[in-house]
Amino acid sequence: MAEISLNRLPQTAPAKRSFFTWLVGAESKFQAKDAVQGYLFALPWILGLIIFIAGPMLASLYFSFTEYSVLDSPTWVGLDNYHKAFMGDDLFYTSLGRTFYYAILVVPLTLAGSLLLALLLNQRLFGRNIYRTLFFIPHLTPEVAMAVIWLWLLDPHLGPFNYVLKSIGLPEFPFLTDRDTVIPSLALIAFWAGVGGNRMLIFLAGLQGVPNDLYEAADIDGASVWSKFRHVTLPMISPTMLFNLILGIIGAMKVFNIAFVATRGGPAYGSWFFALHIYQQAFEFYRLGYGSALAWIFAIVLIVFTLVNLRISNRWVFYQGES
Amino acid sequence: MVAHSSVQTSGPVQSSSSLSGLRGRLGTILLYVLAIVLCVAFGYPFFYTLSSSLKAPSEIYIFPPTLLPEVPQWQNYTRVLTEYPYTTWFMNTVFVTLVATLGTVLSSSLVAYSFARFSYRGRDGLFLITLATMMLPAQVTLIPQFILFWKLGWLDTFYPLWVPMWFGGTAFFIFLMRQFMMSLPRELDEAALIDGASRFRIYWNILMPLCKPVLATAAIIAFMAEWNRFIEPVIYLNSPMKFTLSVGVSFFKQNADSSSEILQHILMAAAVMMIAPTLVVFFSAQKYFVQGIAMTGIKG
Repeated sequence: MAEISLNRLPQTAPAKRSFFTWLVGAESKFQAKDAVQGYLFALPWILGLIIFIAGPMLASLYFSFTEYSVLDSPTWVGLDNYHKAFMGDDLFYTSLGRTFYYAILVVPLTLAGSLLLALLLNQRLFGRNIYRTLFFIPHLTPEVAMAVIWLWLLDPHLGPFNYVLKSIGLPEFPFLTDRDTVIPSLALIAFWAGVGGNRMLIFLAGLQGVPNDLYEAADIDGASVWSKFRHVTLPMISPTMLFNLILGIIGAMKVFNIAFVATRGGPAYGSWFFALHIYQQAFEFYRLGYGSALAWIFAIVLIVFTLVNLRISNRWVFYQGES
Repeated sequence: MVAHSSVQTSGPVQSSSSLSGLRGRLGTILLYVLAIVLCVAFGYPFFYTLSSSLKAPSEIYIFPPTLLPEVPQWQNYTRVLTEYPYTTWFMNTVFVTLVATLGTVLSSSLVAYSFARFSYRGRDGLFLITLATMMLPAQVTLIPQFILFWKLGWLDTFYPLWVPMWFGGTAFFIFLMRQFMMSLPRELDEAALIDGASRFRIYWNILMPLCKPVLATAAIIAFMAEWNRFIEPVIYLNSPMKFTLSVGVSFFKQNADSSSEILQHILMAAAVMMIAPTLVVFFSAQKYFVQGIAMTGIKG
């Protein structure tokens, strides 16, 4: 008898559901009231998404098909802006190329460096909290201050870096003042600033999450330090690696602040990054339509990178629980 | 078996534990040397900045560069404060940072509560969209946001810098707090609900006190992000008295470049004063900071 009455409950309940109860995805009137409160708590973000993210995205998509110069209202020009970007804007390719060059230097170096630092901190060393803090501090430096500091450190005539180079018999290195060396120099700064930052902490957490019994089992099998790293540590932290890789690529491609302050995109457009190009078109020349088109091209490039990354990740990322 | 596990308890992650004797000890020494060299490499730029900020103009362009100033020139710092509206920039930054941080923490915790504790149609879809916005480059929304704030008459005010933060902050903070709230036992909410507590009371009186660690984490990360924010203030703020520190110092730098007077040491003093607050905040709450970042990595 008890079973029957239990079975009948869920059958009768949906029949009584009002349209509103169904709409909010609830089973009963009480749940529906609760669901409404759920929407209310999420309301700030729902509004924020619409006003500051979704709305602007749609608006910028529309502007990207218009000519819009602040003073006049936007006029529809179809694909002209996109056509101009690909066919009639030399700096477009320069900026893409410079951005890729920078990212190709920064992403792998920082990723490998962060992992190595995390491995070092994962050893039982005396005072490792102090090392962790010192490695982390550059990451906290405001980028504007960082630009100012590094311009001074890398000064081609008076900076301490060139002093060291000179004293070991090497010629002066132009660093940020030459088109050929500006990108590696900016990569060096980014490496200093980022290698001990969030990525290192995330790797460290990942390393500490590797179960001890895996290392014990490897020890019993007589595995060497290297093969434990290669066959236990690396697979176990590969999800962390993917997370860091994706965020690292996005972060590197968005590079703006340091170049804006330290080099102004120069010398000779040597550090003319894509974000600088968008900034100049939109906020110095007030070509809001063309700037929007550039921003969308940029977003699509980033999305493609992320998707490709996720796509090929199943070849090298190992998730516990999936055997 | 027994012997192996006893070795392992001494340090499962210490990969040199399997190496014995001299080789292990040598490895350990090398690791210490490496750690100390790295500390010097990370710390040196700060040291050199601090030292330069205390040098006299005659010392600043000496080559090879001297390690320490002959006599520390503390008046370099007073010059920054008196000859530039540095105090105004500082107070502007403090205002924007505090209001934006408060908005971020309060509103993102409300939204996180909704994601963690309610069930309603569209919740999971909304959460996925939230996560997706983390991948979005700010450039895509920057131009229309500029137009929006311009039409609202908000150019050259602080509103564009903090108002959006009161609408859930950013996806990162919502995600961070939702993950934390998910780990708190639901029985607490249910018991209070049976006792007749409202949902808001449960949020404010039960969950918020338990969320103190994650609130602290979010507050510190938001503080750092706001303090360092650059592109938005550059776009929105025009008059020098409205500048935040990041725009102010960048403006100062360009001024120094075009000036005939040597200002490098003054610029360094300005940079030191911009960095110092972030270090103070970091050291006073380091624990939360490190925990929070680790948390997003593991669960992300």
